Amino acid sequence: MEMQLVFFIEVLAGGLLAGVMYALVALGFVLIYKASGVFNFAQGAMVFFAALTFVSLVEKGWNFWLALVVTLAVMVALGMAIERVVLRPLVNQPPITLFMATIGLTFVLEGLSQLMWGSQPHGLELGVPDVPMEWLSQKWNINISQFDLFAAAVAGLLVGVLAVFFHKTRIGRALRAVADDHQAALAVGIPLQHIWAIVWGVAGFVALVAGLMWGVRNGVQFALTFVALKALPVLLIGGFESVMGAIIGGLIIGASEKLAEVYIGPFFGGGIESWFAYVVALLFLLVRPEGLFGEKHIDRV
Amino acid sequence: MLYREAGQFKSTYAEDQGIFPLRQDRIAFAILMAVAFVLLPAFGNQYWLGAIITPFLILALATLGLNILTGYAGQLSLGTAAFMAIGAFMAYNFMLRMPWLGVIPSFILAGLCAAMVGVVFGLPSLRIKGFYLAVATLACQFFVLWALQRFGWFTNYSTSGVVTAQRMEIFGFAFDTPATKYLLTLSVVVVMALAAKNLMRSETGRAFRAVRDMDVAASVIGIPMMKTKLLAFAISSFYCGVAGALDAFAFLGTVEPERYSLDLSFRILFMLIIGGAGSILGSFLGAAFITLFPIFLNLVSGWISHTTGFEISHAVISNLEAIIFGGLIIFFLIVEPAGFARLWQIAKEKLRLWPFPH
Repeated sequence: MEMQLVFFIEVLAGGLLAGVMYALVALGFVLIYKASGVFNFAQGAMVFFAALTFVSLVEKGWNFWLALVVTLAVMVALGMAIERVVLRPLVNQPPITLFMATIGLTFVLEGLSQLMWGSQPHGLELGVPDVPMEWLSQKWNINISQFDLFAAAVAGLLVGVLAVFFHKTRIGRALRAVADDHQAALAVGIPLQHIWAIVWGVAGFVALVAGLMWGVRNGVQFALTFVALKALPVLLIGGFESVMGAIIGGLIIGASEKLAEVYIGPFFGGGIESWFAYVVALLFLLVRPEGLFGEKHIDRV
Repeated sequence: MLYREAGQFKSTYAEDQGIFPLRQDRIAFAILMAVAFVLLPAFGNQYWLGAIITPFLILALATLGLNILTGYAGQLSLGTAAFMAIGAFMAYNFMLRMPWLGVIPSFILAGLCAAMVGVVFGLPSLRIKGFYLAVATLACQFFVLWALQRFGWFTNYSTSGVVTAQRMEIFGFAFDTPATKYLLTLSVVVVMALAAKNLMRSETGRAFRAVRDMDVAASVIGIPMMKTKLLAFAISSFYCGVAGALDAFAFLGTVEPERYSLDLSFRILFMLIIGGAGSILGSFLGAAFITLFPIFLNLVSGWISHTTGFEISHAVISNLEAIIFGGLIIFFLIVEPAGFARLWQIAKEKLRLWPFPH
């Protein structure tokens, strides 16, 4: 194949797979927004907290699976604690108040995780090496990381499970009802507290998965919390309420970001990835103000 | 007893429409101004003036700017620091390239530049709302910082990206000590706060609040949506821009783009929420709290390690600070979502009856 075409495919594939990584983080946002109408800014801090807890346990010599289970338990407990301490007293407050509370939560989580485990960066190893696939590079000379494919598979699995969970199970339907209207959901007898505890627990689980994937890629360090900022444009494009949207948005953002960096970036002297995704998201929003798969809101006066 | 409006009759419209209709408020304001303008610079500690009170006033001004946009017009923005950055660096450039302009006109022009950028990034608000808009304003935050770092013109091609603010001189009088810089800052802040107070009770301010409460309803009763929203963005960014210029010239002296990171935007948002959205006074109370609180924490930790002899490492302190800070914000949101401004209102209600509550 031609060199340029190969290069293009490589960049595109790399971008798409990076997009899946963004989508993993975006999923956590979507979950909580969908189920409680809270824009949870602390998701990035939760990703960091989960990854740091896991890696610290492993470095203490714990068994991999034991550390995974314990971290998962910690994340679920954390989610429930957040529900009890932060959200329950704030029922029926305007969304911006809840949003601010999650920013406060970000500070608490960031401080807490570094207080417990220290602030030095850690490396993380999951047994899937971050090296190009051999047969792909031999046959077509395209370099695609094995780990990226693994992460994409994990993300796909997660999305599938969550989609079934939201649409087919009783709890999933209750979650959607709560997202629609707190008071109406309470009125038909949905236990709001349990529902929120469940969804924050699940979000903790998603944060753990995202934290592991990103931890392998970039190392477990404070910069992990900024991953959340990368996931926000994904949300804008996909819509805050759509699990599918998170994946599609992630693919769009990942691909366009990488392509722009390679083909447009040099004209600006590079470094455009810090804002390019946001501009792409803005353009999408001008056409579809609630993202591609977000729910349309009809305002009544 | 002390705070009672009984017996204060208004016989003209002008009296009725005064900014401070109550005599007690006027007296309190006059005392406050006397303290701020005369007592503090005359007897205040230079360190306190330069390192604590001046930045407090500057941040209060930025909070006020955000308050106009978020508290009054209801458009959540996470790009406040970016507008401050524009103000800071454009003021530097105006002073550098057009030295005949003078300090105050440079500040005003810098504010206008911020306002223009604000209008551009406010355009999406016509289409998108709520959190979608909040995230969209992040685009402004990242883009502006990137541009400031990428294009050397803004920093006069300084290799490190750090610029040094020029000496401020107005009519031959140099503002170069902490006390004079403080006075300059204070004057600007007082003028702009009074202007904001007046603006918010004018037709424009009422239009802002109508848009905040429900923009569809507001447009139905004939409030021009585009003009109102963009005006809110412009005024807000102007305030933030001037605050940024003051930040560079009256407080820091040397600035780099990294100072105006997303963190600063969040801090200003906290000041807004803790002070009370939609209140001018609240902006000042919130800024005071967020500025003073870390100092207070430092004092406490220093006192603890001094009395118990238990040395706390710096990393632990900064982490604890983050935890306490975040926790307090959550606590405040739970007990008083409307912020300090609401507490002040409650106190005023109580004072009206005190000391005879029945």
